[in-house]
Amino acid sequence: VENVRLLDRLSSRKAALGTLYLTATHVIFVENGSEARKETWVLHSQISSIEKQATTATGCPLLIRCKNFQVIQLVIPQERDCHDVYISLIRLARPVKYEELYCFSFNPKLDKEEREQGWKLVDLSEEYNRMGVPNNYWQISDVNRDYGVCDSYPTEVYVPKSVTAHIIVGSSKFRSRRRFPALSYYCKDNNASICRSSQPLSGFSARCLEDEQMLQAIRKANPGSDFLYVVDTRPKLNAMANRAAGKGYENEDNYSNIKFQFIGIENIHVMRNSLQKMLEVCELKSPSMSDFLWGLENSGWLKHIKAIMDAGIFIAKAVAEEGVSVLVHCSDGWDRTAQVCSVASLLLDPYYRTMKGFMVLIEKDWVSFGHKFNHRYGNLDGDPKEISPVIDQFIECVWQLMEQFPCAFEFNERFLIHIQHHIYSCQFGNFLCNSQKERRELKIQERTYSLWAHLWKNRADYLNPLYRPDHSQTQGTLRPRMAPCNFLYKFWSGMYNRFEKGLHPRQSVTDYLMAVKEETQQLEEELEVLRERLANLQKSQLNDNKVKSKRQDRSKELGLSTSNNSLANTPQEYSNDLKSFPSRSPSQGDEEDSALILTQDNLKSSDPDLSANSDQESGVEDLSCRSPSGGGCLPSEDSGKDSDEAVFLAV
Amino acid sequence: MEFAELIKTPRADNVALHRPFYPAVEGTLCLTGHHLIFSSRRQDNAEELWLLHSNIDSIEKRFVGSLGTIIIKCKDLRIIQLDIPGMEECLNIASSIEALSTLDSVTLMYPFFYRPMFEIVEDGWRSFLPDQEFELLSSVTDEWRLSCINKEFSVCPSYPPVVIVPKSIDDEALRKVAMFRHGSRFPVLSYYHKKNGMVMMRSSQPLTGTNGRRCKEDEKLINATLRPGKRGYIIDTRSLNVAQQARAKGGGFEQEAHYPQWRRIHKCIERFNILQESLIKLVEACNDQSHNMDRWLSKLEASNWLTHIKEILTAACLAAQCIDREGASVLVHGTEGTDSTLQVTSLAQIILDPRCRTIRGFESLVVREWLQAGHPFQQRCAQSAYSNSKQKWEAPVFLLFLDCVWQILRQFPCSFEFNEQFLIMLFEHAYASQFGTFLGNNENERSKLKLPQKTMSLWSWVNRSEELSKFQNPLFEANSLVIWPSVAPQSLQLWEGVFLRWNRPSKFLDEAQEEMISIIRYNKELQAKVNALRRQLAEMETDERMQENL
Repeated sequence: VENVRLLDRLSSRKAALGTLYLTATHVIFVENGSEARKETWVLHSQISSIEKQATTATGCPLLIRCKNFQVIQLVIPQERDCHDVYISLIRLARPVKYEELYCFSFNPKLDKEEREQGWKLVDLSEEYNRMGVPNNYWQISDVNRDYGVCDSYPTEVYVPKSVTAHIIVGSSKFRSRRRFPALSYYCKDNNASICRSSQPLSGFSARCLEDEQMLQAIRKANPGSDFLYVVDTRPKLNAMANRAAGKGYENEDNYSNIKFQFIGIENIHVMRNSLQKMLEVCELKSPSMSDFLWGLENSGWLKHIKAIMDAGIFIAKAVAEEGVSVLVHCSDGWDRTAQVCSVASLLLDPYYRTMKGFMVLIEKDWVSFGHKFNHRYGNLDGDPKEISPVIDQFIECVWQLMEQFPCAFEFNERFLIHIQHHIYSCQFGNFLCNSQKERRELKIQERTYSLWAHLWKNRADYLNPLYRPDHSQTQGTLRPRMAPCNFLYKFWSGMYNRFEKGLHPRQSVTDYLMAVKEETQQLEEELEVLRERLANLQKSQLNDNKVKSKRQDRSKELGLSTSNNSLANTPQEYSNDLKSFPSRSPSQGDEEDSALILTQDNLKSSDPDLSANSDQESGVEDLSCRSPSGGGCLPSEDSGKDSDEAVFLAV
Repeated sequence: MEFAELIKTPRADNVALHRPFYPAVEGTLCLTGHHLIFSSRRQDNAEELWLLHSNIDSIEKRFVGSLGTIIIKCKDLRIIQLDIPGMEECLNIASSIEALSTLDSVTLMYPFFYRPMFEIVEDGWRSFLPDQEFELLSSVTDEWRLSCINKEFSVCPSYPPVVIVPKSIDDEALRKVAMFRHGSRFPVLSYYHKKNGMVMMRSSQPLTGTNGRRCKEDEKLINATLRPGKRGYIIDTRSLNVAQQARAKGGGFEQEAHYPQWRRIHKCIERFNILQESLIKLVEACNDQSHNMDRWLSKLEASNWLTHIKEILTAACLAAQCIDREGASVLVHGTEGTDSTLQVTSLAQIILDPRCRTIRGFESLVVREWLQAGHPFQQRCAQSAYSNSKQKWEAPVFLLFLDCVWQILRQFPCSFEFNEQFLIMLFEHAYASQFGTFLGNNENERSKLKLPQKTMSLWSWVNRSEELSKFQNPLFEANSLVIWPSVAPQSLQLWEGVFLRWNRPSKFLDEAQEEMISIIRYNKELQAKVNALRRQLAEMETDERMQENL
């Protein structure tokens, strides 16, 4: 479709004219005119909603909201075209078969062996070995070998050594979806562990001997402690309501030596609505500070983030400080339980704060234990009530921790943002389906590529320059301050306003420090070379021309690439008054302005595969558009010359 | 008056001190004329706390039996608690502190008694003289002159003795303009934009009154700053409504009819008690110990602090935009031209002028646009967030300015030579200091108090390399461009370094800062080593070649 206008969310007066293409996998918008073709690529799987708005004089507006929080506003001249696009996108954005997803056609030009290597990068049995199991207290059980006991669990499950297959099966029958208690994290230092399960089918009075034996075995697998925490991550009211449906929570009287604890994290529906509300706030056009803060509070989003963090902190504290094992569950044990277990693991074990460890953590607590990626993130067309930003919240918890502990994580914010992007993109097979069983049936590993290998290959882009493995902040358990530090939880504009580059700090400390570190490394190498040469020279007093030329090459490489550091920008619309200022000289024509705007818009558009390269490119483009001699990008389209006096007075 | 008269109990033993982040310690409390001194009795690791009485914003006393408790709330927002055994002692100490922290005579303040323990390399009182500033200006333009019309503070009591005005306007005309402007603050040069020769001026409101008085000289003065055929902007920091109401009291704004080459824009920036209340509410929210997330956000919202930040920054950006992008000159004023006007003119300079983003340049900006421009520091900073006085004069105008600078610094972390600590230090000294810099309300008062002779300048202390190193931003790389900050709510944050400083442990953030510094220091060391080796090699090679040639 030609002559489509891409509107700028921040400023209604900046718009780009171009052509819209629909392909099997992407929506592509190519801008007219500008020398370097400015393109915006959006994966169909990223589209969360499409809205056709009332036709106006200029055309038919189409609003596309993406799961990675990009919002694209198009105006298509012909109503008919708009309708066609709308209908096609609705279909394309909601595939019905896994085979339609991008990962089955995505080919990063790797051979079979490389692909297999990629999938081997994260190996969970290696991870359990790293934790120290199997050992005297914990064994690997093959009871779920053919997914016979629980179809949403992995085949390899770790349980206390004293537990027999009979107990596992018995316990599983007493748990929702047969998700029996299994090991999530084991702390070598004090034998305390975190186990996870779903809610017991206790109703008002039901008991299950095997389940009671199971919990006792978990407690005894930690000889240092005489009780076990059972953490129900639901609000008490929700858990009680479940009793009426024959489900519920553990009765302290029936289990020996447990301490039962509710931690009120709301369910997926509340979270979905909360995110929705927050995104509405992010989308407001020029909101006042009050609109924004009020909207943020009203969404309740940060309150929910804090609830998840508090639960994680409680568990980490129990394990690290009290040396007590914890069993965590919610209803089905695949959403809140996954959030809380992974936050606790992250706090407890520095390994999970490394890049590789973080991949392992997601693979362990989310992928292998049957977090329903397909349902939660709407990869295939399904029940909209199943969709909820569960892992998004976990990723945000990690970011909040990174803000509090800037040296503790090996990776940076970009790493988190790219993982979030790919959970929705379906470009890699990792997060397909709802369980390990489904993934094996689909032969995901043979037919698609692994995200982890892709991220690992580009790991230089995801490093946190402040991280040092030997730094005191890196070691041991992270102890974030709990209440009353509500102010520690902040709005994450890097994520939710990710595509409004104009809102973010214009210079990145991370990139700057990475550049410095890179230069440092070059300097170290050069120093070595120089020392060697000096030694040689002193020894032989011979002039070695070769080395000399090498040295000169090197010195050219030196010098910081400051291009990334001195990004400037163009002013925002600070006042509506300026638009009608009549003194604009005609020489500052629209052409000049719009050229500048085009560059601007591209910065805000998405890079389709999020490769670090394109990130850097946009950095360079940033530079090109900020030349101080540029004509300015003040609004010029409005022809309010006649009414300027009125406008001034109105403000 | 002798301070001793006010100190009934100069010393108390077995006092327990509670302060943020430290366990309570027991020790001895001493009161002197200017300080509250606490020292723990432990021999091994004696801890001392020196607190200026002038830093105390308010005190509360409580009694449980004969154990008295004094809670001291400081202007730097810290709260400390002293448990003093003995009711009488406690009462005496409380009343002494109260009296000593509210001395009404400036000359009794600590700066008049302070004797520096450091070597004075440079007299800060002479570091930023208007002549130097004018010299810089005259190297790029000859359209301006230095006028000594206010030498004896006779024309405008709140202006410095010398000001920069258009060359074509003589002192006689200036006198007439002064009559036409509130508090005689006639338009003077605030900033000259070298890139395009546009200027920013500041003044107070014109005294048009209800019958629309005009003043030809005033019109001539501000028109003198326009290029032929060009227009300028007047940024009025009041809402149109407020500006119109001002006419009833003899004030007003420039009428279009009399200033046809100027476009007026109204940008509402709040003043006085609205700001003071905002600060009080904000600090209350930050000190709230409740566990409720919602309450925190709504209290933050209700304080309106960030709204004020957004308004001020927006107005400053607009001024900068007019100058840099529209190529127009700008006149900024509100009512008196001593508060919101200065916020706008000084922030616009930070956006436009790379020099203002250096330490020296920023100090010079504070001197020019705040101290010499007559911001009444003594009135505005008399009380801080814990005050309950209903005085009309107090307002965190300067703190808001510093907060705005911090917001820009956060968005451009590599473009400033100074760091957050530098801004926090200025905040502290504006409210309580051993230096005379921020005493008095204008140059007139400072000269009457003989501050340069009798007190030490803050700049004498800051501009020594030992101190400077604490305030340097390791990430700084000179950026000669105009920097346009974002004023969207998502881009503005609470300044934790000030408002949560005493509520939030900063250990991990400090460690990050140290790590940053060490990364950069190591890089510089390597660079030096490599350069030295290169030189050495080059020398050896030339020697060798010379030998060969021989």
